[in-house]
Amino acid sequence: MIEHAPMDDHRKSAAALDEARLRQQAIGVKLRQMFDEVVNEPVPDEFLDILRKADAPASGQ
Amino acid sequence: MAETEIQVGRSPVDPPRDRVFKTELVTLIPHLRAFARTLTGDPTAADDLAQDAMMKAWDARASFQLGTNMKAWTFMILRNQFYSEKRKSWRQSQLDQEAAERTLVAVDNPEAPVALDELRLGLCMLPAEQREALILVGAGGFAYEEAAEICGCAVGTVKSRVSRARRALQAILDAGAYDRDGRSAGDAMGAILADAERLSALR
Repeated sequence: MIEHAPMDDHRKSAAALDEARLRQQAIGVKLRQMFDEVVNEPVPDEFLDILRKADAPASGQ
Repeated sequence: MAETEIQVGRSPVDPPRDRVFKTELVTLIPHLRAFARTLTGDPTAADDLAQDAMMKAWDARASFQLGTNMKAWTFMILRNQFYSEKRKSWRQSQLDQEAAERTLVAVDNPEAPVALDELRLGLCMLPAEQREALILVGAGGFAYEEAAEICGCAVGTVKSRVSRARRALQAILDAGAYDRDGRSAGDAMGAILADAERLSALR
Protein backbone atom coordinates (compact mmCIF):
# COMPACT_ATOMS: atom_id res chain seq x y z
CA MET A 1 0.00 0.00 0.00
CA ILE A 2 1.50 3.26 -1.03
CA GLU A 3 -0.36 5.63 1.16
CA HIS A 4 1.03 8.92 2.41
CA ALA A 5 0.97 8.99 6.13
CA PRO A 6 0.27 12.48 7.50
CA MET A 7 3.75 12.41 9.03
CA ASP A 8 5.28 12.24 5.57
CA ASP A 9 3.45 15.36 4.51
CA HIS A 10 4.59 17.15 7.60
CA ARG A 11 8.13 16.16 7.03
CA LYS A 12 7.88 17.15 3.39
CA SER A 13 6.53 20.63 4.10
CA ALA A 14 9.11 21.14 6.83
CA ALA A 15 11.83 20.16 4.37
CA ALA A 16 10.37 22.52 1.77
CA LEU A 17 10.37 25.33 4.29
CA ASP A 18 13.98 24.64 5.17
CA GLU A 19 14.93 24.63 1.54
CA ALA A 20 13.11 27.90 0.88
CA ARG A 21 14.90 29.46 3.81
CA LEU A 22 18.27 28.25 2.61
CA ARG A 23 17.65 29.62 -0.85
CA GLN A 24 16.60 32.96 0.60
CA GLN A 25 19.83 33.03 2.57
CA ALA A 26 21.76 32.28 -0.60
CA ILE A 27 20.05 35.18 -2.35
CA GLY A 28 20.87 37.44 0.59
CA VAL A 29 24.53 36.50 0.43
CA LYS A 30 24.66 37.12 -3.33
CA LEU A 31 22.88 40.42 -2.94
CA ARG A 32 25.47 41.65 -0.45
CA GLN A 33 28.28 40.34 -2.64
CA MET A 34 26.93 42.25 -5.61
CA PHE A 35 26.70 45.46 -3.60
CA ASP A 36 30.04 45.03 -1.83
CA GLU A 37 31.74 44.39 -5.14
CA VAL A 38 31.08 48.02 -6.04
CA VAL A 39 31.76 49.28 -2.52
CA ASN A 40 35.21 47.68 -2.68
CA GLU A 41 36.10 49.19 -6.04
CA PRO A 42 38.65 52.00 -5.79
CA VAL A 43 36.90 55.37 -5.86
CA PRO A 44 37.58 57.18 -9.16
CA ASP A 45 39.77 60.27 -8.64
CA GLU A 46 37.02 62.42 -10.13
CA PHE A 47 35.04 62.20 -6.92
CA LEU A 48 37.77 63.60 -4.74
CA ASP A 49 38.74 66.20 -7.36
CA ILE A 50 35.21 67.52 -7.47
CA LEU A 51 35.01 67.67 -3.72
CA ARG A 52 38.39 69.40 -3.47
CA LYS A 53 37.34 72.06 -6.00
CA ALA A 54 34.05 72.62 -4.22
CA ASP A 55 36.01 73.40 -1.12
CA ALA A 56 36.24 77.19 -1.35
CA PRO A 57 39.30 77.38 0.87
CA ALA A 58 37.94 79.21 3.87
CA SER A 59 40.91 78.29 5.99
CA GLY A 60 43.54 76.90 3.65
CA GLN A 61 45.28 73.81 4.90
CA MET B 1 38.51 84.05 0.42
CA ALA B 2 37.43 86.89 2.62
CA GLU B 3 34.35 87.68 0.57
CA THR B 4 31.09 87.48 2.47
CA GLU B 5 29.95 83.88 2.29
CA ILE B 6 26.35 82.92 1.78
CA GLN B 7 24.84 82.18 5.13
CA VAL B 8 23.45 78.71 4.72
CA GLY B 9 21.22 77.60 7.53
CA ARG B 10 22.03 78.66 11.01
CA SER B 11 25.77 79.04 10.93
CA PRO B 12 28.23 80.77 8.65
CA VAL B 13 31.03 78.77 7.12
CA ASP B 14 32.60 76.68 9.81
CA PRO B 15 35.88 75.13 8.71
CA PRO B 16 36.31 72.51 11.47
CA ARG B 17 32.75 71.34 11.06
CA ASP B 18 33.15 71.26 7.29
CA ARG B 19 36.24 69.15 7.67
CA VAL B 20 34.44 66.61 9.85
CA PHE B 21 31.56 66.57 7.42
CA LYS B 22 33.80 66.09 4.43
CA THR B 23 35.78 63.28 6.02
CA GLU B 24 32.60 61.41 6.69
CA LEU B 25 31.24 62.16 3.23
CA VAL B 26 34.37 60.72 1.63
CA THR B 27 33.93 57.44 3.50
CA LEU B 28 30.42 57.19 2.09
CA ILE B 29 31.42 57.58 -1.57
CA PRO B 30 31.86 53.82 -2.18
CA HIS B 31 28.40 53.16 -0.76
CA LEU B 32 26.81 55.92 -2.81
CA ARG B 33 28.40 54.46 -5.93
CA ALA B 34 27.05 51.01 -5.12
CA PHE B 35 23.54 52.28 -4.47
CA ALA B 36 23.61 54.38 -7.64
CA ARG B 37 24.74 51.33 -9.61
CA THR B 38 21.72 49.34 -8.44
CA LEU B 39 19.37 52.19 -9.35
CA THR B 40 20.72 52.95 -12.81
CA GLY B 41 22.17 49.57 -13.77
CA ASP B 42 24.86 51.41 -15.69
CA PRO B 43 28.31 52.18 -14.23
CA THR B 44 28.82 55.53 -16.02
CA ALA B 45 25.36 56.87 -15.28
CA ALA B 46 25.75 55.60 -11.73
CA ASP B 47 28.95 57.56 -11.14
CA ASP B 48 27.37 60.72 -12.56
CA LEU B 49 24.47 60.22 -10.19
CA ALA B 50 26.73 59.52 -7.23
CA GLN B 51 28.79 62.65 -7.97
CA ASP B 52 25.68 64.80 -8.21
CA ALA B 53 24.42 63.39 -4.93
CA MET B 54 27.78 63.96 -3.27
CA MET B 55 27.78 67.61 -4.33
CA LYS B 56 24.18 68.09 -3.26
CA ALA B 57 25.08 66.70 0.14
CA TRP B 58 28.09 69.00 0.33
CA ASP B 59 26.02 72.05 -0.61
CA ALA B 60 23.40 71.12 1.97
CA ARG B 61 25.92 70.36 4.70
CA ALA B 62 24.70 73.19 6.92
CA SER B 63 21.32 71.50 7.19
CA PHE B 64 22.82 68.21 8.29
CA GLN B 65 23.07 67.53 11.97
CA LEU B 66 26.45 66.05 12.73
CA GLY B 67 26.22 62.82 14.67
CA THR B 68 23.02 61.69 13.00
CA ASN B 69 22.89 59.05 10.29
CA MET B 70 24.78 60.57 7.40
CA LYS B 71 24.67 57.41 5.31
CA ALA B 72 20.86 57.38 5.31
CA TRP B 73 20.81 61.12 4.65
CA THR B 74 23.08 60.89 1.60
CA PHE B 75 21.22 57.84 0.27
CA MET B 76 18.00 59.82 0.48
CA ILE B 77 19.59 62.68 -1.46
CA LEU B 78 20.86 60.28 -4.11
CA ARG B 79 17.51 58.56 -4.43
CA ASN B 80 15.62 61.84 -4.75
CA GLN B 81 18.11 63.01 -7.35
CA PHE B 82 17.64 59.80 -9.33
CA TYR B 83 13.87 59.98 -9.39
CA SER B 84 13.65 63.70 -10.08
CA GLU B 85 15.96 63.28 -13.08
CA LYS B 86 14.00 60.31 -14.37
CA ARG B 87 10.63 61.89 -13.86
CA LYS B 88 11.58 64.56 -16.33
CA SER B 89 11.71 62.20 -19.26
CA TRP B 90 10.51 58.71 -18.51
CA ARG B 91 7.69 57.00 -16.81
CA GLN B 92 8.60 54.34 -14.31
CA SER B 93 7.69 51.32 -16.37
CA GLN B 94 9.76 52.49 -19.28
CA LEU B 95 12.64 53.08 -16.96
CA ASP B 96 12.53 49.51 -15.64
CA GLN B 97 12.30 48.18 -19.16
CA GLU B 98 15.32 50.17 -20.23
CA ALA B 99 17.39 49.04 -17.28
CA ALA B 100 16.55 45.43 -18.05
CA GLU B 101 17.42 45.84 -21.71
CA ARG B 102 20.69 47.57 -20.95
CA THR B 103 21.67 44.76 -18.63
CA LEU B 104 20.83 42.13 -21.23
CA VAL B 105 22.92 43.97 -23.77
CA ALA B 106 25.79 44.05 -21.32
CA VAL B 107 25.56 40.28 -20.91
CA ASP B 108 25.65 39.69 -24.64
CA ASN B 109 28.62 41.94 -25.03
CA PRO B 110 31.76 39.76 -25.09
CA GLU B 111 33.81 42.82 -24.13
CA ALA B 112 31.98 43.09 -20.83
CA PRO B 113 34.69 42.48 -18.24
CA VAL B 114 32.47 40.71 -15.76
CA ALA B 115 29.55 38.56 -16.75
CA LEU B 116 26.50 39.83 -14.93
CA ASP B 117 24.89 37.06 -13.06
CA GLU B 118 21.37 35.80 -12.79
CA LEU B 119 20.69 37.77 -9.65
CA ARG B 120 21.39 41.06 -11.37
CA LEU B 121 19.07 40.16 -14.21
CA GLY B 122 16.44 38.99 -11.79
CA LEU B 123 16.67 42.27 -9.88
CA CYS B 124 16.01 44.20 -13.07
CA MET B 125 12.71 42.44 -13.42
CA LEU B 126 11.42 43.61 -10.06
CA PRO B 127 9.34 46.77 -9.76
CA ALA B 128 11.66 49.67 -8.88
CA GLU B 129 10.24 50.21 -5.40
CA GLN B 130 10.69 46.56 -4.49
CA ARG B 131 14.20 46.50 -5.86
CA GLU B 132 15.37 49.52 -3.91
CA ALA B 133 13.76 48.30 -0.68
CA LEU B 134 15.46 44.93 -1.01
CA ILE B 135 18.82 46.53 -1.82
CA LEU B 136 18.68 48.96 1.10
CA VAL B 137 17.71 46.34 3.66
CA GLY B 138 19.31 43.24 2.15
CA ALA B 139 22.60 44.71 0.95
CA GLY B 140 22.98 48.26 2.22
CA GLY B 141 22.69 47.28 5.86
CA PHE B 142 19.82 49.63 6.68
CA ALA B 143 17.14 48.90 9.25
CA TYR B 144 13.56 48.93 7.99
CA GLU B 145 13.05 52.28 9.74
CA GLU B 146 16.03 53.83 7.97
CA ALA B 147 14.98 52.42 4.60
CA ALA B 148 11.51 53.88 5.16
CA GLU B 149 13.03 57.29 5.80
CA ILE B 150 15.20 57.05 2.68
CA CYS B 151 12.25 56.06 0.49
CA GLY B 152 9.83 58.45 2.13
CA CYS B 153 7.28 55.79 3.02
CA ALA B 154 5.94 53.90 6.02
CA VAL B 155 7.95 51.19 7.75
CA GLY B 156 5.23 48.64 7.04
CA THR B 157 5.39 49.51 3.36
CA VAL B 158 9.12 48.81 3.29
CA LYS B 159 8.61 45.51 5.08
CA SER B 160 6.03 44.34 2.60
CA ARG B 161 8.09 45.53 -0.36
CA VAL B 162 11.11 43.63 0.89
CA SER B 163 9.18 40.43 1.44
CA ARG B 164 7.44 40.69 -1.91
CA ALA B 165 10.78 41.37 -3.57
CA ARG B 166 12.32 38.29 -1.94
CA ARG B 167 9.48 36.07 -3.06
CA ALA B 168 9.45 37.47 -6.59
CA LEU B 169 13.20 37.17 -6.95
CA GLN B 170 13.06 33.59 -5.77
CA ALA B 171 10.37 32.80 -8.30
CA ILE B 172 12.29 34.51 -11.10
CA LEU B 173 15.47 32.61 -10.29
CA ASP B 174 13.62 29.29 -9.95
CA ALA B 175 11.89 29.72 -13.27
CA GLY B 176 15.00 30.84 -15.07
CA ALA B 177 12.94 33.84 -16.09
CA TYR B 178 16.10 35.89 -16.49
CA ASP B 179 16.74 33.85 -19.66
CA ARG B 180 19.79 35.28 -21.33
CA ASP B 181 18.82 34.67 -24.93
CA GLY B 182 16.07 37.19 -24.57
CA ARG B 183 13.48 34.46 -25.04
CA SER B 184 10.61 34.63 -22.66
CA ALA B 185 10.82 32.54 -19.53
CA GLY B 186 7.73 30.65 -20.60
CA ASP B 187 9.43 29.56 -23.81
CA ALA B 188 12.50 28.37 -21.95
CA MET B 189 10.50 26.42 -19.41
CA GLY B 190 8.27 25.01 -22.12
CA ALA B 191 11.29 23.77 -24.04
CA ILE B 192 12.73 22.08 -20.96
CA LEU B 193 9.44 20.41 -20.12
CA ALA B 194 8.90 19.26 -23.69
CA ASP B 195 12.36 17.71 -23.72
CA ALA B 196 11.70 15.92 -20.47
CA GLU B 197 8.42 14.59 -21.78
CA ARG B 198 9.94 13.36 -25.02
CA LEU B 199 12.74 11.60 -23.20
CA SER B 200 10.39 9.83 -20.82
CA ALA B 201 8.12 8.78 -23.70
CA LEU B 202 11.08 7.11 -25.40
CA ARG B 203 11.57 4.66 -22.59
